[in-house]
Amino acid sequence: MAACCGGWVRLCSLLVLAAVVSLGAAAKNSEDVRCKCICPPYKDHSGNIFNKNVSQKDCDCLHVVEPMPVPGPDVEAYCLRCECKYEERSSVTIKVTIIIYLSILGLLLLYMVYLTLVEPILKRRLFGHSQLIQSDEDIGDHQPFANAHDVLARSRSRANVLNKVEYAQQRWKLQVQEQRKSVFDRHVVLS
Amino acid sequence: MVNAGDMNGSGNLMDFLDEPFPDVGTYEDFHTIDWLREKSRDTDRHRKITSKSKESIWEFIKSLLDAWSGWVVMLLIGLLAGTLAGVIDLAVDWMTDLKEGVCLSAFWYSHEQCCWTSNETTFDDRDKCPQWQKWSELLVSQSEGASAYILNYFLYIMWALCFAFLAVSLVRVFAPYACGSGIPEIKTILSGFIIRGYLGKWTLLIKTVTLVLVVSSGLSLGKEGPLVHVACCCGNFFSSLFSKYSKNEGKRREVLSAAAAAGVSVAFGAPIGGVLFSLEEVSYYFPLKTLWRSFFAALVAAFTLRSINPFGNSRLVLFYVEYHTPWYMAELFPFILLGVFGGLWGTLFIRCNIAWCRRRKTTRLGKYPVLEVIVITAITAIIAYPNPYTRRSTSELISELFNDCGALESSQLCDYINDPNMTRPLDDIPDRPAGPGVYTAMWQLALALVFKIVITIFTFGMKIPSGLFIPSMAVGAMAGRMVGIGVEQLAYHHHDWIIFRNWCRPGADCVTPGLYAMVGAAACLGGVTRMTVSLVVIMFELTGGLEYIVPLMAAAVTSKWVADAFGKEGIYEAHIHLNGYPFLDVKDEFTHRTLATDVMRPRRGEAPLSVLTQDSMTVEDVETLIKETDYNGFPVVVSKDSERLIGFAQRRELILAIKNARQRQDGVVSNSIVYFTEDPPELPPNSPHPLKLRRILNLSPFTVTDHTPMETVVDIFRKLGLRQCLVTRSGRLLGIITKKDVLRHMAQMANQDPESIMFN
Repeated sequence: MAACCGGWVRLCSLLVLAAVVSLGAAAKNSEDVRCKCICPPYKDHSGNIFNKNVSQKDCDCLHVVEPMPVPGPDVEAYCLRCECKYEERSSVTIKVTIIIYLSILGLLLLYMVYLTLVEPILKRRLFGHSQLIQSDEDIGDHQPFANAHDVLARSRSRANVLNKVEYAQQRWKLQVQEQRKSVFDRHVVLS
Repeated sequence: MVNAGDMNGSGNLMDFLDEPFPDVGTYEDFHTIDWLREKSRDTDRHRKITSKSKESIWEFIKSLLDAWSGWVVMLLIGLLAGTLAGVIDLAVDWMTDLKEGVCLSAFWYSHEQCCWTSNETTFDDRDKCPQWQKWSELLVSQSEGASAYILNYFLYIMWALCFAFLAVSLVRVFAPYACGSGIPEIKTILSGFIIRGYLGKWTLLIKTVTLVLVVSSGLSLGKEGPLVHVACCCGNFFSSLFSKYSKNEGKRREVLSAAAAAGVSVAFGAPIGGVLFSLEEVSYYFPLKTLWRSFFAALVAAFTLRSINPFGNSRLVLFYVEYHTPWYMAELFPFILLGVFGGLWGTLFIRCNIAWCRRRKTTRLGKYPVLEVIVITAITAIIAYPNPYTRRSTSELISELFNDCGALESSQLCDYINDPNMTRPLDDIPDRPAGPGVYTAMWQLALALVFKIVITIFTFGMKIPSGLFIPSMAVGAMAGRMVGIGVEQLAYHHHDWIIFRNWCRPGADCVTPGLYAMVGAAACLGGVTRMTVSLVVIMFELTGGLEYIVPLMAAAVTSKWVADAFGKEGIYEAHIHLNGYPFLDVKDEFTHRTLATDVMRPRRGEAPLSVLTQDSMTVEDVETLIKETDYNGFPVVVSKDSERLIGFAQRRELILAIKNARQRQDGVVSNSIVYFTEDPPELPPNSPHPLKLRRILNLSPFTVTDHTPMETVVDIFRKLGLRQCLVTRSGRLLGIITKKDVLRHMAQMANQDPESIMFN
């Protein structure tokens, strides 16, 4: 088995998510079950929908339709037209899923804003004029990760954890830049 | 894609951050794999494990673990694919409704979920409740009137633009490979092509996140194709955890075939259809072992999705229908008409879409992807909002069109004139004349049909994740429903005509327009993708109606015949040709009488073949040869005079071996002679150390004679997955045929542009 820790961390987090979601599905709110009866128009009564929180064996017209709009002898004819369905949902699953999705989306947006706007400004301030001279050479490259090449060259010498992370990040940026060139600029793949 | 360099299992935590060292046996990006070599490496590995398993109990357990690792990978793929599909479904449900309003009690509920516990819903307006408010109600406290309508319209457009802009920015910044449908590229990858990063982790994350955004923005696209890509990314991720699959590209593709089946299974809720789709459309080699494992992965994925339960009633897909009314033989005629419509629409769509994509590829239109997405979204939102059938999401539209009109429906489409004295039970309502609501619905559906046909041509292929199953089914469902209502009214008003007299008595329930919608959807989907069996199986698994197999088959067969009459390619093959991928289709037939000499390189008048000799070239000569040419491999011959073939050496392996030798072995200099023989001869003492490269030589390259018909050569390439084939005559090497040459020759024979084949 590989010691690809990034992969295992991801696997574990996904399993946790799956466990939470399934736990949420198991822990049912009492509000999360209902019996829904739809009754069409009958004689001069209009159509109606009745909801009630009953168990599945009690899910029929007589238990759910209250108050009964028609008098006694017509109840059977009225109830024959009604259709009752038992439904359940898991509100916890919905809540957890939407909140996790929105947080992942928010994190990606923040990272995107950082990469496209904040990082070039920071790099420009840190490296000053030498950066400007180099960026004059590839004048058409206004895309994100444009300075990945020179940062890679600079940080290849040091070997502590933080620089390893930065080195991996720069390598990833180079890969994405290559992909972007193939897809968006040269239209070689995925046109 | 994770490279083979960091699979060692030892080393510290930060090893995965290091750049992977490419070793002998990995392939370069945008190259084809050598299927035969992968197969023989796997057999070697298996034999080694089997022989070691007899040594001790621990080795035996390891061999068992190795055998079960395939099933573990399938289980993990099914779990992850099902989870992601559930997350996507729930998030799409919520975000689609976000364009129109918000739930005040709990913002994470969609419209239907918000009004779930409410008692304010009425028969006519099933989704009305005070907790859900439209944006106009929230902002200016008005719910009716012109200003409320305009405000809602404006905010709908704003939300759609916001979602689409976010999606295309995320794709552009993080994972450019996440755009498009993914199925053409996956087909090419499964046939042996390498696209590094296409099935990577960032692509997986971005594709999932942006798929929700683009489906919610109201664009005319679906999520089924992208879900296949997402499932294959999961497959790639899990196969990289086990060295059995991560080091062998051939075995990895077995896992990817099964993952594709799981993807379709969760997209449609159709496990068997998913396996057949993977078999028919996506996979290249599909051994029987993969069939069983794909089925397992598809079942696990479907079960996981069901347990997440996104639609609240244990259904897997939004358009599950429950009616079982019979159909009649005379109805086959309109079904076949729908099949013809499906075939014609498929042809029209493929031609227009390919023309538009080619324009995007070659002109200035391709330089503004973000602007293009925003403009198309704006046009879609502006035209879609006024028509109630395009305002809602396409899945809901299809669900409504598939539904039969019972007494309980109150939508406009079911506004029939009821007989007040009718006392029939619920599901046996006879045919009724259409009320005014139905006529309104008919012309609105006609407008929606024209709009969807036009806008999907421009939407599919933009730089966002986009599928086309749902839009095709929507087009077919709309056409089918209109035809169905037409036939129903015809049967009602003219029940004394000879065709209706036998099977449609007045007062009987003869025609089910929902069935026509289903048949239309199958016809259009078949016309575009040219699926056959998998389409029918998916449709009847979607609807649960086994008795409708014959109409579905009739429509699918007719649409395929009509569409094939105009062009042999489905949409995915057409996109493969547009991109120039080296995909040798198993469905193409090669019937020309050319010979191997006509296709081989070098042709007459070209430079002679670049070969290596077995014992007379120095390291410097080899390096010069490698630098001056860009061939992927070189044949090795006995000597330049007698060109008898010894074997074939790959460029990449030559480069790596020479680099390794220069760094590690003492005495290897530029003047050292390179030996491909088994035992290099005794050298005088002051000559440089020889470089023995026999281990990188492939001693069994495939050869054909020069008079072999090209039909046979194409068959060999296809069935064995070759990359190149050497041409000999009476034992002497004449030339080489590569896969690119074969594809170019086939394109030339079919009068297409042979220069469009881009990759090797």
